[in-house]
This record gives sequence, structure tokens and C-alpha cells, in this order.
Amino acid sequence: MTMPHPDLVAVLAGILGVLVLASTIGFVLQRKLSPDGSNAVVENLNDRIRAWWVMVVLMGLALIGGKTGVTLLFGFCSFAALREFITLTDTRRADHWALAAAFFIVLPVQYYLIWIEWYGLYSIFIPVYAFLLMPIIAAARGDTEHFLVRIAEVQWALMICVFATSHVPALLSLGIAGYEGRNVLLIAFLVIVVQISDVLQYVWGKLLGRTKIAPKLSPSKTVEGFVGGALSATAVGAGLSWMTPFTPLQAAFLALVIVLMGFFGGLVMSAIKRDRGVKDWGNLIAGHGGFIDRLDSVVFSAPIFFHLVRYGWSAV
Amino acid sequence: MRGAGASLAGALILFFARFITAVRGRWAGVEPTDEQRIYFANHASHGDFVLIWTVLPRRIRFITRPVAGSDYWLKGSLRRFIGRDVFNAVLIDRDRESRTSDPIAQMTEALDAGSSLIVFPEGTRNTTEARLLPFKSGLFHLAQTRPNVALVPAWIDNLNRVMPKGEFVPIPLICTVTFGAPLRLADGEAKPDFLARTEAALLALSPKSNAS
Repeated sequence: MTMPHPDLVAVLAGILGVLVLASTIGFVLQRKLSPDGSNAVVENLNDRIRAWWVMVVLMGLALIGGKTGVTLLFGFCSFAALREFITLTDTRRADHWALAAAFFIVLPVQYYLIWIEWYGLYSIFIPVYAFLLMPIIAAARGDTEHFLVRIAEVQWALMICVFATSHVPALLSLGIAGYEGRNVLLIAFLVIVVQISDVLQYVWGKLLGRTKIAPKLSPSKTVEGFVGGALSATAVGAGLSWMTPFTPLQAAFLALVIVLMGFFGGLVMSAIKRDRGVKDWGNLIAGHGGFIDRLDSVVFSAPIFFHLVRYGWSAV
Repeated sequence: MRGAGASLAGALILFFARFITAVRGRWAGVEPTDEQRIYFANHASHGDFVLIWTVLPRRIRFITRPVAGSDYWLKGSLRRFIGRDVFNAVLIDRDRESRTSDPIAQMTEALDAGSSLIVFPEGTRNTTEARLLPFKSGLFHLAQTRPNVALVPAWIDNLNRVMPKGEFVPIPLICTVTFGAPLRLADGEAKPDFLARTEAALLALSPKSNAS
């Protein structure tokens, strides 16, 4: 294994600094406001900070591990997300083989194609081949009840949990002149912008939030939180341009696209949860929901970010 | 050697169960303690007791023995190894005509040795559309013989979708095991009343009965 790029080390050190600061603030707040663990906001904040530590350590290890690390991490995320998604669908016994194929053939093949960097196939494998073959497997069992709904659910699950998610490791395959060996920083940029945007939207919403933006889908989201969070996350994105192949203005534009896709992705996934009558996608960590709850914004922004960078900057 | 092999196999089975089902125990009416118990659960798959076993804390896991049909678990050396050595199951003969030992006596013996038990009062795997089959009388006789042991209902959700009967590839889906409040046989309680009460207590733990 080669040494991680100095820029990556700088990014990881910066994130660790932020986390240490957050943990310290969380500790002080707990001492002052919630010594007996009774202040729900403070306890929730500290739970979130602890979850952040786990995410950052995993993400950091994956980025240092390069292509192998990132592909394995997101392959596993896809698996866990698909497991959560299919749990909430109305699939029946007749879908057994189609589902087995989704988990044990489509998912590994997609990540293998990402691994060998076969752009021409991984970008159509699920939208074309899985799309046509999966309903054939389901139809072969002869159960026609809710057939269209069932095959649509499985295809949707694959598109979100496997296809879209796999565009995060796919960022490593982009060949950008003058940026060789630093592609993992594109992933860091994407993930940092998405997560910072979530945090800033929460903070702005708590400070100024009055007007609900989508009361039916997500009662805690407000216009003030969204605008404040999106603009400040865009500014953070511009400030991170040193780790990307973009100018500050380009970085700001891409960050804004990432933030918008992430926000609307969160709304779409909330709509599905409401439809299914659940609060969280899964039970990964008690009280923190599942993998999809943590991933939804990244999943929606990854393919768009990938293609914008590919068309705008990549030679391959 | 056999012991080491059994604990290795046990660890592998636990890992596999978590990988496929991400199973989580919900202790809704009772806490996981050392108290001796008879867990009674719905039965849809051969993996049922594996899931209960997985969500029990390690210390309790090793004093908790599943009760299973010897016709299935003594067939073939792999099954025998898993049933006897890994899970230390109390293997009972379900065939009334041919059996030489009394299942209730076997279970009582295990209880008297200090073990907790996992039983499936439906008596067989439920492959119907009904959520629960009518309980066989075994649970009643067991409660009669050892009335002091707490009966804890445990609802296993979703495992029937993971591996429907006749399939051999499991589909990864999230499963839960919900434990309800303990029950005991009341003084003079008749068999049908007791069975109806325990059935209702188990069904009440199903997420589907809470949703509707």
C-alpha cells in the first residue's frame, strides 16, 4: 500500500479536529445541562457525535485503503441498504429467485464492474440488463398478483441502493489531468459537503426555522433551515476547492448541486417511509435509524456529481 | 476437539444470522436476565431458534436449550452436529406411536438441570397464510409440571420471508424478535383457556397486530 496523499491526511486531520471539538462541546453541555441524562436534545446531540466518530473512522480507513477500501465499504453499504429497502416492500414468495439474484448476482457484479472501471457496462448494467432480466425471473414463477408493483419495487431498490450508491466508488475511475492519485478526495468532498449541509440545515433550522417546507413529508425541515444550510454548505464547498480539481467558483456550483440533490433525496426517502408507515429504515444503531437514513442524501447526489465531473473535467 | 468445533460452528452460525437478518431483540415486556424461563415462539423456519439464540446475551445463550424434533435434527451427521453439539438441543420424538421417551419428561429434566428452554408450541412449522397455528397441548403440560418457571412469549418477525419453505437460498431481510411479559399457569386454569391466553399473548407481539 502506498502512503496516503498529504492532502488526504490534511482533510482527515481537519475532520478529527472538528470531531474532537464537537465531543468536547457535547461533554461540557452534558455536564451543565444534562448531568442525569434527562435533557433529550443534549443526549441526542451526543449520540449523534458518537455515531459521527464511527462513520468518520470507517470512512477514513476506507479512503486510506484506496480503491479496495472504498469499493468494499460502499459495496457493504449497498448490501445493508438493499436489505433494509427490500424488508419494507411487498415482495412475495414468487419473488424469491429475483431477490436472490438482486443480492447475490446484481450487487456483486455491479461493484466488480466498478472495480475494473468498465464505465460502458456499469452505467447501464442495472438500468438495462437488470431492468429487463429481473421481471423475467419473477414472471417465470407464474404469480401475477401485484406483479407490476413487485417488479417496480425491486428495480427501484436496486437503482437507489446499488446503482446510485456505486457511483461513489466510481469517482475513483475518473481520469482528471493534473489530479492523478488524488481521486479519493473527490469522495471526501462529496461526503463532507453532504454531511455539513445536513448539520448546517439542522443548526439554521433550530436558530431561525419558522416556515415548514414540506410539513407532510418531513415536519422538522424549514425554509430558513434549508436556505441557510444550502448557502453555508455551498460556501464550505467553495472553501474546500483546494482539495479538488475545481476553481472555488466551480466548487461552489458543484457543492450547490450536491446539496440540492441531497435535500430532495432526503424528502423522497421520507415520502417512502411515510408510505410504508415507518419512522426509520432500519435498526442499525438503536435510535439512529438504518443505513438508508444515513446514506439517502449521498445516494441522490453521487450519480449527478459523478456525471458532472466526468463531462466537465475528466478525459476518460 | 468436538467442543472447539462446536463453538466455532456456533460463532459462524451467529455471524451468518446477523449478516442475513441484522436481527435485533426487542425486550418489550421483560428484561434479559439470568432468571430461568421457557421462551415460547412462533415457528416458520428451521432458523427460528437461531434468531432467538442470537439476540440472547452470550451468558444466557449457553444456558438456553431449544426443543426440536429429533426426526429432523438426527437426520444426517451435519444436522446432528448442529442440533446436538452446537445448540445442545433437547431433541424430542414427535411421533406419538413410535416414541420411547416422553417429551415432557425430557423438557422437565432439562429445566431441573437449570436450563432455560425455547419451545415452539405450534408443534410444527407454520407454512400457511395464518399468522399462528393453534397451540398443541405440550405447553400446557409443561406449565403444569413446572408451574414456577416463567413463560416468555417471543415473536419472530420476517424470518418466513427470508427463507420460505422449499427454498434454500436465504434473502437478506431485517428480522426482529420481540419478547413479551412473562406468563404463568393460573390456579385451576383449564387447558383451552391457558392455550388461548398464551396464543393471544404471542400474537399481540407481532408488529402487524400493532399496525392494524
